[in-house]
Amino acid sequence: MRTKSILAGVSTLLISSSLIFAGTVSGKVTFTGTPAKPKTIDMSKEPSCAKQHATPLTTESVVTGPNNGLENVVVYVSSGAPDDGQVPAQAVTYEQKGCQYLPHVLPMHVNQELKITNSDQTSHNIHPLAKVNREWNKSQPPGTPPISEKYEKPEFISVKCNVHPWMHGVFAVMSTNHYDLSKGGGAFKLPNLPPGKYTITAWHEDYGTQTADVTITGNETKDVDFTFKAKAY
Amino acid sequence: MHDMSVPAAHHHAPPTSFIRKHVFSLDHKVIGKQYYGLALLAAYVGMGLSWLMRFHLAWNSTAIPGLQFLSASGAPGGVMTPEYYLQLMTMHGTIMVFFVLTTAPFAAFGNYFLPIQVGAEDMPFPRFNMMSFWVTFTAFLVLMSSFFVGDGPTLGGWTQYAPLNAIGAVGGPGQGTGVVLWATSIALFCVGQLLGALNFISTTLDLRVKGMSLMRLPLSAWSWFITSCIGLTAFAVLMPACILVILDHVAGTSFFVASGLVMNDQVLPHSGGSTLLWQHLFWFFGHPEVYIAIVPSMGIVSHILLANQRKQMLSQRVLIYSMGALAVLSYMVYGHHMFVSGMNPFSSLAFSFPTLVITIPSTIIVLIWTFSLYGAKLRINSASLFSLGFISMFVSGGVSGFFLAQPSIDIMLHATYFVVGHFHLVMGVAAMFGIFAGTYFWFPKMTGRMMNETLGKAHFWLSFVGAYCIFMPFHYLGMAGNVRRYSTFTDDFLQPLIPVHRFITIAALITGAAQLIFLFNVIYSRFKGAPAVDNPWEATSLEWSTATPPPFDNFGGKHPIVYHDPYQYGVKSSVGDYVMQTSPEQVETEFEEK
Amino acid sequence: MAKFFAATIVVIAILSAIPILRHTWTAPEDISTHGALIDEQMSETMAEAGISFLAAQFILAFFVWKFSNRAPDAKLKKFPGGAKGLVIGALLVVGIEVMALGIFGVKAWANVYLDAPSANAMPIQVQAGQFAFYFRYPGPDGKFGGLHPELINEGSQNIFGLDPEHDVDARDDIVAAEMAIPVNKEIHLLMHAKDVGHSFFVRELRVQQDFVPGLDVSLHFTATKIGKYEIVCTQLCGLGHYNMKAYLEVMSQQDFDDWLKKQGQ
Repeated sequence: MRTKSILAGVSTLLISSSLIFAGTVSGKVTFTGTPAKPKTIDMSKEPSCAKQHATPLTTESVVTGPNNGLENVVVYVSSGAPDDGQVPAQAVTYEQKGCQYLPHVLPMHVNQELKITNSDQTSHNIHPLAKVNREWNKSQPPGTPPISEKYEKPEFISVKCNVHPWMHGVFAVMSTNHYDLSKGGGAFKLPNLPPGKYTITAWHEDYGTQTADVTITGNETKDVDFTFKAKAY
Repeated sequence: MHDMSVPAAHHHAPPTSFIRKHVFSLDHKVIGKQYYGLALLAAYVGMGLSWLMRFHLAWNSTAIPGLQFLSASGAPGGVMTPEYYLQLMTMHGTIMVFFVLTTAPFAAFGNYFLPIQVGAEDMPFPRFNMMSFWVTFTAFLVLMSSFFVGDGPTLGGWTQYAPLNAIGAVGGPGQGTGVVLWATSIALFCVGQLLGALNFISTTLDLRVKGMSLMRLPLSAWSWFITSCIGLTAFAVLMPACILVILDHVAGTSFFVASGLVMNDQVLPHSGGSTLLWQHLFWFFGHPEVYIAIVPSMGIVSHILLANQRKQMLSQRVLIYSMGALAVLSYMVYGHHMFVSGMNPFSSLAFSFPTLVITIPSTIIVLIWTFSLYGAKLRINSASLFSLGFISMFVSGGVSGFFLAQPSIDIMLHATYFVVGHFHLVMGVAAMFGIFAGTYFWFPKMTGRMMNETLGKAHFWLSFVGAYCIFMPFHYLGMAGNVRRYSTFTDDFLQPLIPVHRFITIAALITGAAQLIFLFNVIYSRFKGAPAVDNPWEATSLEWSTATPPPFDNFGGKHPIVYHDPYQYGVKSSVGDYVMQTSPEQVETEFEEK
Repeated sequence: MAKFFAATIVVIAILSAIPILRHTWTAPEDISTHGALIDEQMSETMAEAGISFLAAQFILAFFVWKFSNRAPDAKLKKFPGGAKGLVIGALLVVGIEVMALGIFGVKAWANVYLDAPSANAMPIQVQAGQFAFYFRYPGPDGKFGGLHPELINEGSQNIFGLDPEHDVDARDDIVAAEMAIPVNKEIHLLMHAKDVGHSFFVRELRVQQDFVPGLDVSLHFTATKIGKYEIVCTQLCGLGHYNMKAYLEVMSQQDFDDWLKKQGQ
C-alpha cells in the first residue's frame, strides 16, 4: 500500500517535471533584399473558380508580412527531440477550394493520414511530385469522397494539379511533431521541448534552408531568428 | 487450264484429339469459327465500354454503381474520372477496329468460306493459319491485360498520337505500361494478320479448282482477296511503327519526341524526334485499314443480295474493279486525317483530290447494288434486311465524307463529333451489318441449324432505327462544334448540346440491349435451331453444294468442278430459278463468264 | 415487311434532313475575314451531299417497295442503260461535282494557309501545355524574350520559361491566360507546344490548327466583331483535355490598349 502510493507520487512528479520543465523556441523569419512581386493568377479558364475570388489570387511561393516577415516557412526540430516518431491519430486535411490548395504548405508527420477534399464544381487531379516517396496522381471529380493517403519518408513534396496549372502547394512530411509554419510578421513558436540540445531548421520553398542550434535547460523561451535572402526574379 | 495437282502441304489427315480438333486446329473452318468467337467476345466488351462512355457523357457526375470495383482509382465512389473515360474510350476504339471489324468480316468468314468458295480442301499454309489465330488471340489478351496492370490502359485514343504516346508515364495515367502493352498487342495483331493475308492471297491465286477462273469467283471471295492485299501492305507499316513506340519507352530512343519538351517543370530527356512522323506512319496504315474493315462486308453484302434478289448484278466486273479501285486509292488519301496537323498545307490540298475522287468508285458500287434491285424478285429475311440496311447506312456514312474530304471545311469539322458520326456509320454500323448479314446467311451452313427469323427481324429493326437515332445526331453536334474525346462538356457553347447527348445515350442503351437478342439467337440456335438443309437459300456458290456442316476436307474426298458463274440467278433450270456453280446442267442465261 | 422497311428509310431520311433545313444546330456566326468562303463551301457541299443522300435513300426505298414480294412468275427486269449508264453517270456527275468542290475550295484553304501574314500583323505567341493556353505579348519594346524550357515553373507562373534576370527583352513581355485582340486588326499567332500535341480551335473565327511539339507553326486571322469567344483544345492531350480552354476577347483598339497596359502592371 505504501509502496504503491510512493511509486504513484514519484511518477507523477517525474511526469509533471517533464511538463514543468519544457522550454519553447520561438522567433521570427524575415527576409533581406527585395523579393519578386507576386504574380496575379488568372483563372478565367475555370469560371466556377474564378468567380469565387473577388480579387484575383496571387502566387504563394513567396508570401511576405509586416516588418519583412516571411510566411509559410516550415520551422521544425530536425534533431534532438526525444519523442520523434509518434504518428498522430488525427488526419491532416488538404482542401481544394476555389482552385486553390488550402493551406499552401501542409506540414504532416510520416505515416500520418492525409485527407484531400475537393469542394469545387470542377474535377481536380492532385499530383504530389514526390521523389523519395512514391509518386502518384489521382483525379477527384466533384462530389466524390475524400482521398486518403500517407507518406512513409520525410520529404518536402511539391504538389501540383494536373488540370489547373496555377495550383501549387507543398507537403512537408517530417519525422517530428515539433513544427510550426511562420505567420504574420514571420512569427513561429515551438513549445513543449524538454531540456536538451536541438537543431532547428527553417525551410522555404524558394529561398532554401537554414539551421540553428539551441539548448533548452528548463522552462525558458529561447529566441531564434532566421533571415533569408530574397530573390529579385 | 488450271493445274489439278495440289501440293502435299495441304494434305493433312483429320485430327482425332480434342485439342487438335477444337483448340490447336489446322482446319480453316475451325480457325474461322475461333476468329468469330473472338470477334463476338470483343464486340460485347467494346459495346459495354461504349455504354459506360455514353452514360458518363450524359450524366457526368452520377455514380455508376459498381464501377469502383472495376477500378478504384478510375471511378472513386462509382464516379468516372476524366482519365478513366479516356482509357475506356481508347480501349473501345482499339477493340472495335482491330478485334471486331478487321477480325469478323475478314478473318472469321474469310477463313471459313474462302477455301470452300474456290473449291479447295484448306489453305496452303495451315500452320501459319493456326498461328495467325493464336497470335491474334494473344494480342487480345495482351491488350485486355492493360486494364489490370499499373495505372490502367493507355488514354491516348486508338490513334495514339505522338509525343503523348512516347513520353511515358509522365504524360498521364496509363501512358507508361499501358502504351507498351497497347503497342505490343497491336504489333502482334499485325503479325497475325500478315500470316492470314499470306494464306488468303495464295488460296485465291493458287488453289482454285478446275473451271474456277478469277472472274467466276464469288464477290465475297474477291473482297477477301482484295482486303488481304491491302492488309499485307498496311499492317507491314503499322507493325514497325509500334515497335518504334516501344523503343521510345524502353530503349531510350526519341523517334517521336522532339527536344525541349517540358512536363511537371522538368525538361524531358528526349531529343531529335518527329511528332508528325507517327501520324504519317499511322495513317498510311489507318486509311487502308478502314477499307480492310468495309470491303469484306461489301463482298458479303453483295453475295447475300444476289441470293435474295434472284437476279444478277448489272455488272459483276464493275463491282470487282470498283473494290479494287478503292483499295488502290486508299493509299493516296491518308493525309486527309492530317489536314490541320501542321503538315505542309500544299500536301493537304494534294491529299484532298484523291479523297474526293475515291467517292467515285464508292458511288458506282452503291449505284450497281441499288439499280440491280430494279426488276428483281427481292426476298426479305434477316440476312437480306441487314444487307439492304447496309446500303442505307453506307450511303449515310459516305455522304459525310464529301465534307471531310475538303480541307477548308475540315477546319470546322476536324476533331468534332461530325467525324465520329461519319466513321461510326460506315464502320460501326455498316460494317457490323455486314457481319450480322453474314451470320444469318451462313449460320445454317456452319452449324446445320437455322437462326430464329423472328428474333433476327427484331434484332434488325431495333438496330437499324436505333443506329440512326444514335449516329445521325452526331453530325449535328459536330456542325455545332462539339469537340470529340471530351470526358465532360464544360465549355459554355457545349451546354445547350447536352440534351442531345442524353437522347443519344438512351438510344445507345436500347440499341445495345437489342444486340443481346442477337447473342441469344446465336447461342440458342446453335443448339435448338430448326435443322437446316444443305442449301436453304437456293444459292449458287460452292459452299452450298457441299454437306452441312462441310466435312473435314470440305468436299468429302471429291474435287468439285465449276461450270458456271457464281450468280446464275433468274435462269430456268431443273432445280428452279438458279443453277449452282458445280452443276453441269446447261441453262439459258443472259450472260456468263467463260 | 419490305414496304415497311421502305417507308422507314424514307421517314428516317426526311427526319435527318429536317434539322439541317431548319438550321437547328449550326456553326455560330462568322466573325472572320476569311470565313465567308469556308461557309460557302459548307453550304454548297451540304446541298450536293443532301441531294445525293435523299436521292439514294428514296431510290433504294422505292426499289425495295416495288420489287419485293413479287409473284413467282413475275418477270425480271434490267435497269435501262445497265451498268454502263450508271458508271458513265457516276463518273460525269460525281466526278464533276467533286472536282468542282475541290477546285473552288482551294481558295478558301489558301486564304488561311497559303497566304503569308501581312507585315503589320500583330504578333502574339500562344503556348499550349497540359491543360491551359497562355498568351504572350512582346510588350513596349516590341521584342519577345527567348524561351528557356529549363526555367519553366508553373507554381511561380513562369509559364514560358522566360529569363528576365539576364534577358532584357523578356522583362516587359506580357503573359496572360486570356487572349485579347483588337477588332479589325490582323493577328499573327505564333503557336508553341510545351509538352504534347494540342490544337487551337475558335469556331467563330473559322480557324483550327494543331500545335506540333518541336515545330512552331503559325496562323493569321482578323476578327471583325467585338465579343467574347471560346478557344478550345481539339487534340487529345491527356486527362485534362476536356478542360483546356481560354477565352478570346475581341475589343476595340482603345479597350485593348487599356487591357494590355493593365496586364503589364
